[in-house]
Amino acid sequence: MALGLSVIFGVVRVVNFAHGEMMTIAMYAATVLFAALKLDPFLSILPVAAAFFVFGYVLQSAVINPFITRPEHSQFMLLVAVAIIMVNGLLLVFGPDARNVQLDYQLESFEIGRILIDKARLYAAGAAVLAALGLFLFFKKTLTGKAIRACADNHLGALVVGLDVKHLYSLTFGLGAMCVAIAGCAMVLLVDVTPPLGPAYTLLAFVIVIVGGLGSMGGALLGGVLIGVSEAMAGLFITPSAKSMFSFGLLILVLLFRPQGLLGRKS
Amino acid sequence: MKKTASLAIFFAFLLLLPWFAGSYALSVATLILYLAYTGQAWNVMMGFAGQLSLGHSLYVGVGAYAAGGLFFHYGIGPWAGVWLAMLLCVALGLAIGFLAFRFGISGVYFALLTIAFAEFTRIGFDHMQWTNGPGGMFLKVAQRDSWDLLNFRGPPFMYYYAILGLCALAFLLCWYLLKSKAGYYWQAIRENEEAAQALGINTFRWKMLAVAISAAMTSVSGVFFAFYYNNLFPHEIFNIGRSIEIILGPVIGGVGTLFGPILGAVMLTLLSDGITEALAALGLEIPGIKQVFYGLVLLAVVMFLPNGIWPYLAKKLKFHA
Amino acid sequence: MKRRQFNAGLAVAGLSVLANPLNIARAQSTRLKVGVILPRSGYLGFIGQSCQKGADLAPGVIKDMLGVDIELMNADFESNVDTARTRAERLIQEGANVIVGPFDSGAAAAIAQVAEQRGCPFVINIAAAPQITEQGYKFVFRNFQTAGDIVRNGLDLIGDLFQATNTVPRTAVYMHVNDTFGQAMTKGIGAVMPMRTQLPFKIVDTISYDPAAKDLTVEVSKAKASNADFLLLVCRLNDAIILRREMVKQRWNPMGIVSPGSPGMYEEQYYKTLGKLSEYSISNVPWYNPGAKLTKIVEKAFLKQNPKDRLEFHGLNAGFTFEAILIAADAFKRARSTDPKALADAIRQTNITEKMMLGGPIKFNAKGQVEGIGSACVQNRNLLPTVVLPATAATAKPVFPVPDYKKA
Repeated sequence: MALGLSVIFGVVRVVNFAHGEMMTIAMYAATVLFAALKLDPFLSILPVAAAFFVFGYVLQSAVINPFITRPEHSQFMLLVAVAIIMVNGLLLVFGPDARNVQLDYQLESFEIGRILIDKARLYAAGAAVLAALGLFLFFKKTLTGKAIRACADNHLGALVVGLDVKHLYSLTFGLGAMCVAIAGCAMVLLVDVTPPLGPAYTLLAFVIVIVGGLGSMGGALLGGVLIGVSEAMAGLFITPSAKSMFSFGLLILVLLFRPQGLLGRKS
Repeated sequence: MKKTASLAIFFAFLLLLPWFAGSYALSVATLILYLAYTGQAWNVMMGFAGQLSLGHSLYVGVGAYAAGGLFFHYGIGPWAGVWLAMLLCVALGLAIGFLAFRFGISGVYFALLTIAFAEFTRIGFDHMQWTNGPGGMFLKVAQRDSWDLLNFRGPPFMYYYAILGLCALAFLLCWYLLKSKAGYYWQAIRENEEAAQALGINTFRWKMLAVAISAAMTSVSGVFFAFYYNNLFPHEIFNIGRSIEIILGPVIGGVGTLFGPILGAVMLTLLSDGITEALAALGLEIPGIKQVFYGLVLLAVVMFLPNGIWPYLAKKLKFHA
Repeated sequence: MKRRQFNAGLAVAGLSVLANPLNIARAQSTRLKVGVILPRSGYLGFIGQSCQKGADLAPGVIKDMLGVDIELMNADFESNVDTARTRAERLIQEGANVIVGPFDSGAAAAIAQVAEQRGCPFVINIAAAPQITEQGYKFVFRNFQTAGDIVRNGLDLIGDLFQATNTVPRTAVYMHVNDTFGQAMTKGIGAVMPMRTQLPFKIVDTISYDPAAKDLTVEVSKAKASNADFLLLVCRLNDAIILRREMVKQRWNPMGIVSPGSPGMYEEQYYKTLGKLSEYSISNVPWYNPGAKLTKIVEKAFLKQNPKDRLEFHGLNAGFTFEAILIAADAFKRARSTDPKALADAIRQTNITEKMMLGGPIKFNAKGQVEGIGSACVQNRNLLPTVVLPATAATAKPVFPVPDYKKA
C-alpha cells in the first residue's frame, strides 16, 4: 500500500490523502467477491486490481489532473473531500458493521523451531514483494515505465520531448491504485473492514513512505519493514499503547535529518 | 467605502444576533465564530507566510489543556491560564518552525511534520497522568446564570460575545499585519522565497514570526474551547479530524485573505446544518448520507473555485480584494 | 441574475436556521416528546444504531404498559462532540421535553451542559465516566453503572464464577484498551482489587494497547510469555476480535478470557466473525434479566420490528436505551405535565420495580445516579450471549476453564 503512495507522490507529486480510503474500498470489494463467489482474496486481486487501475486512471484524469500545479492545500482539500465521500458512501452501501472474509488458513501458522509465523501474514508479505518486484521491472525495463520516470525527473523536459504527460500521470495513478487494490485484498485476511478504517492507514502509509524514501520502491518496502519492527520493539520495551508515538517520532527524525528518506533520492 | 459599510452592517448583525436567534441558532453561531477565529489564526501561518500546517490541533489542544489543567488542579482562572497557554504554544511553534526551517523543510514535508507532531502529542497526552490521560479532564462549572468574566462562566450568550470579541480582535490584528511591513515581507516570501532572500529579507525571522503569532492565537482558541466545553479528551482535541476542520474554513473561504476564514466557517457550518435539515425534511434520515452530500459540495467548491469563495464573491460584488 | 438568486437563496437558508425564537410557554400536552440523540454514523455508528433499536420499540411497549403517548425525535450526532451539543440545542428548541442518550461519555458531558443550561431533563442511557454525575447537575440523570460500579460488580462476579466452577486460578494477565473507558476501568481495578481478598488470583502483568491498533501481535506474545492462568480483558469490539485471532495464531490457550466489564465479546460481530472461536468468552456486564416479565415483552416487540435479529445481541444497548425512555414516560405519567422542572422533579422521585435490566429498582440518588444496577456473568454459548450468573437469572451453567485449555 505504501508502494502505491510512493509511486503516486514520486511521480505525480500529489499527496493522496484518500489512499487509506481507497484501500478500504478494495477490502470491501474483496469481501463482496468472497461472499458472492467464494473467491479467495488472493485470487480476487486480479479483478480488483484491474478495476482499480481503471478507477485510478479516471480519478486522475478527471478530477486530480487540474490540481497538479495548484498549491498543496488545494490538493489536500480535494482529496479530503474525495475521502469523505468514499467513507460515507461505504457507510451508506455497506452499513456500519464490520465485514470480513473467513478462510481456514487465516488462523493457521507455520512453526519453525520456536517461532510461529502466521500464514496469512506470510502470504501478504509475499504479495507485497511480488508487487514491488513487478513495479520495479516495469519502471526499469519497459518503455512506458521509463517514460514515467522521465516525467518524474523532469516535467518540462518530458513535455519538450513529446511525452503525453497527462496520460502518463493517469497511468501512474492507475498503477498506484493497483497497488492499493493488492494491499486491500491481502489486508482483508488480517483485519475486518469497517467504513472508517481508512485514515489510520493513510497516516501509516505516509510514515512508511517518508521513512523509506519517496519515489523509491525498495524504500517503501524497507520503510514498511522498519516501521513494523520498530513498532514491535517499542511495544515490547515500552508500553504497547505508545508504539505509534514511536513511529511518529521516527518520522520527525527522518524528516529533519534525511527528508528524502533512507533510500530516496534528493529531488 | 462600500467594503467598510458592508463590514459594519455584518458586525452589527452579529452583535444583535442573540436577541432574535433561538438557543440552537446561538450555539451554531458560537461554533461558527469559533471555527472562524481558529481558521483566521491558522491563516496567518498559511495564507500570510505560506506554510501549510496540518497539525494545528496541536496548539488548540495544548492551549486547552494548559489553561484547563491550571483551573482543574489549582483553580486558576482563564485570564492567567491563557498566558501559560500562549507561552507553551509559542514555544512549540517556534520549536517546530526552527526544526523545519533550519533543515529546509517546506511544502508537503512541512505539512507531514506538523501532522507527526500533533499525533505524537496526542498519544503523549493519552499517557499523561497530570491531565488524566484518556479518561478526560472535566472542568467544574460553578454557575451558568450570571456573567462571571473572571472565571469565564456564564450563560451561552456570554460565550458568544466572547468569541465574537476574539474574532473581531483577530480580524483587526490580521488587517493590521497585512498592511504592515510584516505583511509585505510575508507576501514576498510567499510568492518567491529565494527572490526575497536575494533582496536581503531575513526569511527565517519573518517565517518564525508568522508561526509564533499563529500559534499564540490558536492557543487562545484552545482556552476558549476548554471553558466552553468543559471536558477535554486527547483523542478528540488532538486528532487529525480537528486539524482538518480548522483548515476547511480558510481553504474554502479563501486562503490568505482577510475575510476568507470567516466566510468559509459560515458557509460550511450552514451547509452542514442545512443539509441535515433538508434531509430531515425530505425524510431521508439514513446515517452517512449527509456527509456524502457535504463531501460532494466540498469537492465542487475546491474544483471550481480554487482560490476560495471570498475572492470570487469579492470580484462579483466589486470589492477590492 | 444567477448570483443574485444564489445570494437570495443563501439568505433564506441562513434565516431559516436562525429565525426560531425561544419557546415562550410549554403548553400542557398529552404526549411526551423524547429527543433521542445517538451516534448513528461515524466511528460509533454501529453502537448508535443498536441503541436506536431499543428506542424504536419503546413507544409501542410503553403505550401498552403505562398508557402514555410518546413521540420520538431522533438525532444523529455523528460521533462528534460539537455536533452533539448543537443537536441537543436543536432538539430542545424544537420542543423536546426530555433528552435521552448518548452512549459516549464525551458527548454526554457536552449534552449535560446544554441540558443544565436550558433546564431540560437529560436521562443518560449508557456512559460510564464517573465525573458526569459528580458535577452537581440538577437536570442530568444516569441509569447506568459508573466505571467504578462496573469494576466492583465485575470482579465480584469473577469470584462467584470461580466458586461456581470450583476453580482456583492463581495468576492473570490484564490487557486493556488505552482509551477513556479502559483507563477508568484500570483505575477501578487498581482501587478494588486489594480489597477483594477472596479473589484467588494476582495480576502478573498489565498490557495496555491502542484501541485503533490493527495488529496486536506484540501484545499477545507478551501476554503469552507471562504464563498467566487466564486473561483479564477490558476491550472493545474490533480489538477483541483481533486479540482472539492472534491468540489462536500464537497458540495460546489460557483457562479463559474474562472481562470484568467491557463491550466487545458479547456483540454480534464477535460471533459472526469468530464463529466457534467465540465460545466461552465471558463478559461481566450490566445486562437484562432473561426471566423478567418486561424483558419478554420487550423481546417480543424487538422481534416484531427486527425479525432477522435477536435481542441478545443488543441486550445492553437496546435495553438501557429502552429503560431511559421508560423512566421519562413514567415521570411524565406522575407529573402530568411536560414542564421541564416538573419532569425533573418527577424523575428524581422515580421508583420503578418492574424493570428489565438486572439489579435493584430504578431510584436516583441526590447526584442523579441510580445505585444498585446489577451485572451478569455473560458467557458466549452456542453463538449467543448467555447469562450464567447470578444463578437466579441464569439460563445455563458457567463453563470454566474452557475445554481446550492447555496448561503451559
